[in-house]
Amino acid sequence: MTTSDRPIPVGAAAAPSTADQVLELVRARAASAEAEVVVMSGVSALTRFANSFIHQNVAEETSHVLLRVALNGHVASVSLDGAPDAEHLGRLADDAMAAARAQPPDPDWPGLTPRTAGLSVEHWDDATAVASPDERAQRVREFVDAAGGLETAGFCSTSASVAGFENSAGQRLTGRTTHATLDGIARTGTADGAARVTSVSLTDLDGQAMGERATAKARTASDPTDLEPGRYEVILEPECVSNLLSFLLAHGFNGKAVEDGRSFVRLGAQQFDPSIALRDDVTDAAMVGIPFDVEGTPKRPLDLVSGGVTKALLHNRRTARKAGTESTGHAVEGGGSFGAAGANLVLSAGDASADELIAGVGRGLLVTDFWYTRILDPKTQVVTGLTRNGVWLVEDGRIVRPVTNMRFTQSFVEALAPGAVRAVGSEQALLFGGWDSVYLVPALHLASWNFTGGAKG
Amino acid sequence: MYDVATAAVEAALNAGASYADARAMETRTEAMAARNGAVESLDREERAGVGVRALIGSSWGFFAVPDVGSAAARRAGEQAAAVARASALVPGADLALAEEPASQGSWQSDCREDPWSVSLVEKGNLLESATRTMGEHGADVAEASHRIWDNRKWLVSSDGHRIDQHIVECGASISATAVGERETQVRSYPGIRGQYGTRGWELIRELDLPANAARIAEEARALLTADQCPSLDATDLILGSEQMALQIHESVGHAVELDRILGWEAAFAGTSWLELPKLGSLRFGSELMNITADATLPGALGSFGFDDEGTPARPVDIVRDGIWVGTLSGRDSAALAGIERSGGAIRAEGFNRIPMVRMTNVGLLPGTDSLETMIAATDDGILMDTNRSWSIDDKRLNFQFGCQIGWEIKGGKRGRLLKNPTYTAISPRFWGSLDMLGGPDEWTFWGTPNCGKGQPQQIGHTGHPAVPARFRGIRVGVRG
Repeated sequence: MTTSDRPIPVGAAAAPSTADQVLELVRARAASAEAEVVVMSGVSALTRFANSFIHQNVAEETSHVLLRVALNGHVASVSLDGAPDAEHLGRLADDAMAAARAQPPDPDWPGLTPRTAGLSVEHWDDATAVASPDERAQRVREFVDAAGGLETAGFCSTSASVAGFENSAGQRLTGRTTHATLDGIARTGTADGAARVTSVSLTDLDGQAMGERATAKARTASDPTDLEPGRYEVILEPECVSNLLSFLLAHGFNGKAVEDGRSFVRLGAQQFDPSIALRDDVTDAAMVGIPFDVEGTPKRPLDLVSGGVTKALLHNRRTARKAGTESTGHAVEGGGSFGAAGANLVLSAGDASADELIAGVGRGLLVTDFWYTRILDPKTQVVTGLTRNGVWLVEDGRIVRPVTNMRFTQSFVEALAPGAVRAVGSEQALLFGGWDSVYLVPALHLASWNFTGGAKG
Repeated sequence: MYDVATAAVEAALNAGASYADARAMETRTEAMAARNGAVESLDREERAGVGVRALIGSSWGFFAVPDVGSAAARRAGEQAAAVARASALVPGADLALAEEPASQGSWQSDCREDPWSVSLVEKGNLLESATRTMGEHGADVAEASHRIWDNRKWLVSSDGHRIDQHIVECGASISATAVGERETQVRSYPGIRGQYGTRGWELIRELDLPANAARIAEEARALLTADQCPSLDATDLILGSEQMALQIHESVGHAVELDRILGWEAAFAGTSWLELPKLGSLRFGSELMNITADATLPGALGSFGFDDEGTPARPVDIVRDGIWVGTLSGRDSAALAGIERSGGAIRAEGFNRIPMVRMTNVGLLPGTDSLETMIAATDDGILMDTNRSWSIDDKRLNFQFGCQIGWEIKGGKRGRLLKNPTYTAISPRFWGSLDMLGGPDEWTFWGTPNCGKGQPQQIGHTGHPAVPARFRGIRVGVRG
């Protein structure tokens, strides 16, 4: 595709006006209605490869309008993924009004976000917003070529989103973000090695470097042998750390989990090692994302854990009202039953280089990725899952040999308990998690991890 | 809408595609949730757009627009071809499609009670009432929900397919959580996420949520003071049919997806321990194990008239008498694997996602026993039911699953309640130990509405006919 053919993020300039139009439609139907509108539009593309060639190459234009209406405390949400023309938007408003009128009053309706100043944060790159499939394919080409004949698989993606928010209380916000990801594996037949990078800009993605990294990992992970299950020290690389944090956040720091009594979190308590400092911070320069949530609350930087002490919870307006506090800007669409979700998590880096992390291990395992982690009980944070894409035995500060993938059954909160963190890596990686959340995290050296089974059961 | 899809296909062909298909889709959904006696959320969605798939050389190009206008459809067709052409920078061997007659027709799922005709007031009352009952019987957190999906789609292909379908799916769930000092216990009905099917509101009436609310709340409360499931290296394990559905989904359904076997999902969903040269000879399980993928089962969640590339629904044998004999496939993967016909298992989450291999109704055919005869025949074992956690490796071989509730079996009788029951095994060893199967009376078409796969990820709706079953010598009670 030539530059002139590149799709432009459709509706990019139209988001605020569409939101305005929807509010007008609601006002025309019920002047006293409380209403909030989120308009998201953009382009999203993903070039996928396997067996060392591109096999699925996809792209889409996106247009999403979310409308929530409250009529004297009777609340309903409706959304449209379709052309935001007068007919569709009129029907959207009609549906919202009809649905709200049929609802019982919501005793916990928190009302709309009042007029509040937004954050002057923008994670945007013009070139990434109009990236062509040729540019994505070029990164894949570099990754495949760097693998030295090993089989490769993965994807290169680019995305641009423009968001507009408006509510009948006078809150108006706009934001936009781009991001690009290259994520791939190299395969030797007995092991896979992974490498991944995410950035606001496609130009930051070095296909050759990622391909070389994945290939080196695959080669050193090859011909693994079994290791007896049991408790071992671990070095968790950033992908594992982001996975671990996602459980603490969803089932712990989520204000709704606390409200239900399902959370382990105790505000003000030393629940983690003093080396743990976790915050939600869309303003971090390395981040991507839009600086407000679907209720129009700005995502101001929020310290969740400082010096190992639990400092704050994630709230949307509903959970905040019940807790007698303010929303932290973590409402998500469809999150009525789930609660609040972290968006831009930053785990502070420490001072240990990758080599120093390994040098500090007596006998333990270096783990690249977790796979298929599932929680057994949110209160104990016991999670089971497996290792993937490279795991090595480390003895006396040296990598001794690759081992076959292992299953663990481990309390994630205990894994970070006071005294349990031996070292924190000095380099952070940006990674996507669930609910469109993004994690900027280092590797961790932990004192103990409970491996409950080997590859053979 | 046929005109819109046709315009998209013609645009893709004009732009150089050797084959193209397009789906114009209109989707409506509704999700209502209640909690502790009050409706908590009502979310409705409307989606309309066109997705076009274009084949050039070794790669599919796909482009979607949230618009069902002809101009937008033509743009999508052109862009799909352009995206496919860019793949030539990293090419493979040309992709072929297995021969398939170009079907033309219409199909709609059986919907006896239109879910849109049921008032929101009635729906809300049902959910609120169930949560109140659970709260009165010991639940600290009582939740109830229903979901409706209403899909209309029009498929046109350059091979001559011309198919429209209207598929309505409904389902509901109730869940009771009891919160203890250091743990939570949960019971759900009918399953961990409820029960779903290609049916109308009549399915939700048949579930009779109110009649089960008190029981599950009391069970959740009782579990807080129940004994821990013992940790045993080997015992006899009886699984209820809901847990069997999960067991089939994870350890059989995903393992037999041909795109995984061919390596197309290697970097994300994973591959499979199954190797194509062993198709037709590999022993997957005991002789009692008979698995089919059957998209024709009335009312099951994975049912349809035609898959999303126009192949008519049909039953496909996957495991016969314990031997692996079939895969879940589409026209491209079947051709590459040398399989004569597509298995008709290609579906997309919506208009904006590329169609890919998905489970249809992958289920276990019933045997001749029953849950009660299994218990009576077991001297020392554990009965587990209703999924709580699920984890399996990227080859679909090593799994560990947890259930919400368990009971000790001693001397052929159901004994004490057990909490936090888990079991772990290697798939062919596990299925090889299958020695008793429930009968046709216990055959239930479980629906799974949350199957994740692909990049960008797609959520699939799959069905899993299942019966209770007994397995011998299984490790249980793994704890953190």
